Amino acid sequence: MNYFETDLTKLHNQLVNKEISSVELTKETITNIKATEPAVDAFITIAEEEALAQAKAIDQQGIDPNSLFSGIPVAIKDNILTKNILTTAGSKMLHNFKPIFDATVVEKLNNAGAVMVGKANMDEFAMGSTSKTSYYKMSKNAWDQTKVPGGSSGGSATAVAAGEVIASLGTDTGGSVRQPAAFNGIVGFKPTYGRVSRWGVIAFASSLDQVGHLTRTVRDNAAMLNVLAGFDYRDQTTSTREVPDFTANLNGDIKGMKIALPKEYLGQGVSAGVCETVLAAAKQFEALGATVEEVSLPHSKYGVAAYYIIGSAEASSNLQRFDGIRYGFRAQDVKNLNDLYIKTRSQGFGDEVKRRIMLGTFSLSAGSYDAFFKKAAQIRTLMIQDFDKVFNDYDLIIGPSAPSVAFGMDYKPEDPAELYMYDVLTIPANLAGLPAISVNAGFSEGLPVGLHIIGKAFAEDTVYRAAYAFEQTTQLFKQVPNLGGQN
Amino acid sequence: MAETELTREEVRHVAGLAMLEFSDQELDYFKEQLDDIMNLIDVLNEVDTTDVPATFTVTENRNILRADEGINAEQKDELLARAPESENGLIKVPAIINESAGAK
Repeated sequence: MNYFETDLTKLHNQLVNKEISSVELTKETITNIKATEPAVDAFITIAEEEALAQAKAIDQQGIDPNSLFSGIPVAIKDNILTKNILTTAGSKMLHNFKPIFDATVVEKLNNAGAVMVGKANMDEFAMGSTSKTSYYKMSKNAWDQTKVPGGSSGGSATAVAAGEVIASLGTDTGGSVRQPAAFNGIVGFKPTYGRVSRWGVIAFASSLDQVGHLTRTVRDNAAMLNVLAGFDYRDQTTSTREVPDFTANLNGDIKGMKIALPKEYLGQGVSAGVCETVLAAAKQFEALGATVEEVSLPHSKYGVAAYYIIGSAEASSNLQRFDGIRYGFRAQDVKNLNDLYIKTRSQGFGDEVKRRIMLGTFSLSAGSYDAFFKKAAQIRTLMIQDFDKVFNDYDLIIGPSAPSVAFGMDYKPEDPAELYMYDVLTIPANLAGLPAISVNAGFSEGLPVGLHIIGKAFAEDTVYRAAYAFEQTTQLFKQVPNLGGQN
Repeated sequence: MAETELTREEVRHVAGLAMLEFSDQELDYFKEQLDDIMNLIDVLNEVDTTDVPATFTVTENRNILRADEGINAEQKDELLARAPESENGLIKVPAIINESAGAK
């Protein structure tokens, strides 16, 4: 199966018309994954046996003509629990962890008939922008294997961009779905905070985390949100609001839409090629009948600092559960119980995770709380107020998804703070809980440039409408990378 | 711009709170990296946040309650099978106090 030349609807019709069975599709998918993996290293686990059993069961029941995902192979980021299938979160800490239940989003995909073919590589505990902090392997960019795939959902992005699967799940705490989608020229979406359940997703920063998903086209992406969205009694942050059909208004008509372009999003640190591409996209929206006007989000520049305090503080609390007692890695040769905790955590976590636990613990500690954690939470309020002001007058905000195209695998910034700045454009949507998408807007230096579109809370449909109209005009999804082993 | 720099003792104290231990060399490394991050964070002091309320969550929901009932009790064996060590239906851990201190 060549996923570059199809989409969910076409595949679904082939499955319904019995031109191909789910077992055949799954087998072809796994064969292609095995041929492509040496180039991109997108997966930590390929669940061949389980996937074929799942596909067989679906063929026996019959493809559900009312479910687009019935019989369709998908990939899942490795911090999302899959029952009895290794779930490592990219960490040595969970090198042997096989969960006893499925995350809600996995359960929903299963119920829709999707076939889980593998667990995608990621930065350890989703902390990173390159997927290089994974304990297991380094995933590569689908367009150029000497470049990073982005992160933390780098494996999920590369798997779709390299044509290994048609759709994948990721998670997005500060841009971890949208930035790797941008680097790989595909569509990555982060829903409104509360739209999709996080139950069974290994928590990083609970006030920011959302499950997101990656596809090659906007329509496929909207169709996937239809499956994933909705209230879940097991995640009390999920919204009880009605879930619309996100594919309903994808008709290319965005006449009269009011789009804001914050001047801060094209500011210092954003490469010339990225700026040009995004300005050209703005012109495209105008040509489609939307208005695009410059606005200001004055507190944007504080987003990264506020995010690293809040995200690390919440992570330091969430990651307390990894203590070597109930599951996962346990250190040997310890003196006593306290020593077991300390040695397990010191040997089980990698450097980036330790850095954030340290920063977070410090920010919450006596004497630092007001100056750091509370201060960051106040800045968060000011950033939300900036967004509210703009959204009084505009439907959407656009900008780049990342300051540059994908950088080299061997790029080593002088200090970690330099790498953190790569998240400056995606972080604000997490701090404010807003829905946002990255869609390919063109190429610079031969690599994809992501256009970032942010919407009002729970206005995912507007985000999708604009992204779809843009994508249909540019037809950029038809451009695909050249990879050895692709059939 | 004010610079926040942590002392080695502060870094060691925070590591203790976080249940992490570092060699002297690692301590220097993490101290340097934390100082770099503190530099980045110092930018927040430019903003006057007097009387600005803090935002700790953006959820619309508050206090969703459910019945206080035990569920999934049948998963006990599966859960125990995930523990690094177990015995007689319990998770096994080392002694709380050093064995050399005379307690078991």
